[in-house]
Amino acid sequence: MPIAEMSVNVPLILAVGAGVGLLSGLFGVGGGFLMTPLLFFIGIPSAVAVATGASLIVAASISGVLAHWKRGNVDFRMGSFLLVGGVFGSSLGVWLFTVLREQGHIDLVIRVSYVVFLAIIGGLMLVESARSMMRRKKNQSRRSHIHTWLHGLPFKVRFRRSRLYISALPPLAVGLFVGLLAGIMGVGGGFVMVPAMIYVLGMPTAVVVGTSLFQIIFVSANVTILQSATNQTVDILLALILLFGGVLGAQLGARIGAKMQGEQLRGLLALIVLGVCVKLTYDLVLPPADLFSIAEVARY
Amino acid sequence: MLRILSFMIVLLALALPGRAQARDITIDLTDPIVSITTGFTGTDLLLYGAVKQAGDLVVVIRGPARDEVVRRKEKVLGIWVNRDELVFDKVPSYYRIASNRPLNEFMNPTDADRLQIGLDNLDLRAKVSGKLLPEAPYEFREGLIRNLQRIGLYMTKPDNVVFLSEQLFRTRLRFPANVSVGTFTIEVYLFRDNKLQSTATTLLTVRKFGVEAQVYDLAHRYSLAYGVLAVIIAVVAGWAANAAFRKG
Repeated sequence: MPIAEMSVNVPLILAVGAGVGLLSGLFGVGGGFLMTPLLFFIGIPSAVAVATGASLIVAASISGVLAHWKRGNVDFRMGSFLLVGGVFGSSLGVWLFTVLREQGHIDLVIRVSYVVFLAIIGGLMLVESARSMMRRKKNQSRRSHIHTWLHGLPFKVRFRRSRLYISALPPLAVGLFVGLLAGIMGVGGGFVMVPAMIYVLGMPTAVVVGTSLFQIIFVSANVTILQSATNQTVDILLALILLFGGVLGAQLGARIGAKMQGEQLRGLLALIVLGVCVKLTYDLVLPPADLFSIAEVARY
Repeated sequence: MLRILSFMIVLLALALPGRAQARDITIDLTDPIVSITTGFTGTDLLLYGAVKQAGDLVVVIRGPARDEVVRRKEKVLGIWVNRDELVFDKVPSYYRIASNRPLNEFMNPTDADRLQIGLDNLDLRAKVSGKLLPEAPYEFREGLIRNLQRIGLYMTKPDNVVFLSEQLFRTRLRFPANVSVGTFTIEVYLFRDNKLQSTATTLLTVRKFGVEAQVYDLAHRYSLAYGVLAVIIAVVAGWAANAAFRKG
């Protein structure tokens, strides 16, 4: 690989792409939060894994957003506010990434971030899928709209497609936070943004996925370009191989997914996420084989 | 074919003493250039040559210099964190030696130290805010060497120089997949009666070639354009994937 500066096993990379593609087709998730840790496990440097992951998310989101756009499920106005926050957040994230890289802490920060987020997401999904399996039997109703202090904020904007009249500040803040994650972790951030849009902003579920994908395309594109310009860590060749595997995997995943039940699927995904989280934690806690590590700082 | 041909030329040069220059050591490589292409998994080169009079040989190969930062991990709140660090100045990115018999049998320690032959004799200098330290802390130095050995860039034990006759010798040079690009120096030292008699030096170029080179070059020289290109490729690929999905 030209940028990762290592020789990789092409079938293995294809398999990783296909595996993550399979999961994303199966569960309808972007898969960035699984792709990047898997790249760590096969020995791709963290910095390259994150930056290359961002370019993959652009491709995955484009292919997803087209479908949602046709059905009119993209709130462009809301997307734009999320995007403004996202561009600032992701630029900040890449800057932070560069500083941490120079200080030698980037590997640790990326991995700890993954452990924290995977633990939260995996845990929540497991609880949620267990609950909904029970709820199916009881058939409870849920409150549709909750009024909180967020609705008292200034700069109110009308979001027609989302049928909301809320302050512009929460969407900007959500975008900023998700952008920050995208810059440091190389994820799209859909797994944080989607729940935030539903529970914090109160958006209708139908437009949430399309709108988040819309934002993710541009934020990930921003991350890809900035990572490339400052750290030179985007490996196009690696991305292409992963992408090819990913497309095949996603096709297969979508077909299998159509035959399975939603709660079971989510429960399964939760277990996979927690599994990856446990492995990452184990690697952080385990005494390293060598306490000393090296990194090249200048060439002559 | 070319290899055999050049090997023949050396043989010929030896066979015709009148033509051969009065040099103590003559050396050549089967190929002065190593090209790293996309499928590169490392390569072997043959260094061969002749000495006028029998003696003992040491071959030292060094890769282009790099500044390397060495970091030590410590346990903080249950996880391992990089704490102390030290920058080493102009570290050879590759270091191997080869000899026809164990070094201590024909080379005295002073020579080994002066010529930096052997990992223990490598002049690895640490620097703090641009100033070189007189002596690098031992465990950081060892950590640096150990890490380079683990990734196959530093030798763990010397290779063999094989004498085919009293004059003619060869040795196999191994370059792993992760070898650095740049200019490598290959020095050959001839010892006789425990004394350094003469030396010969040749250079080797390691470079990226083909797609590999173009991608690397673009990423480093036009990094912004490269980023934009990466996004365009991703957009096209994503759109293509979507189109393929609809048909399927």
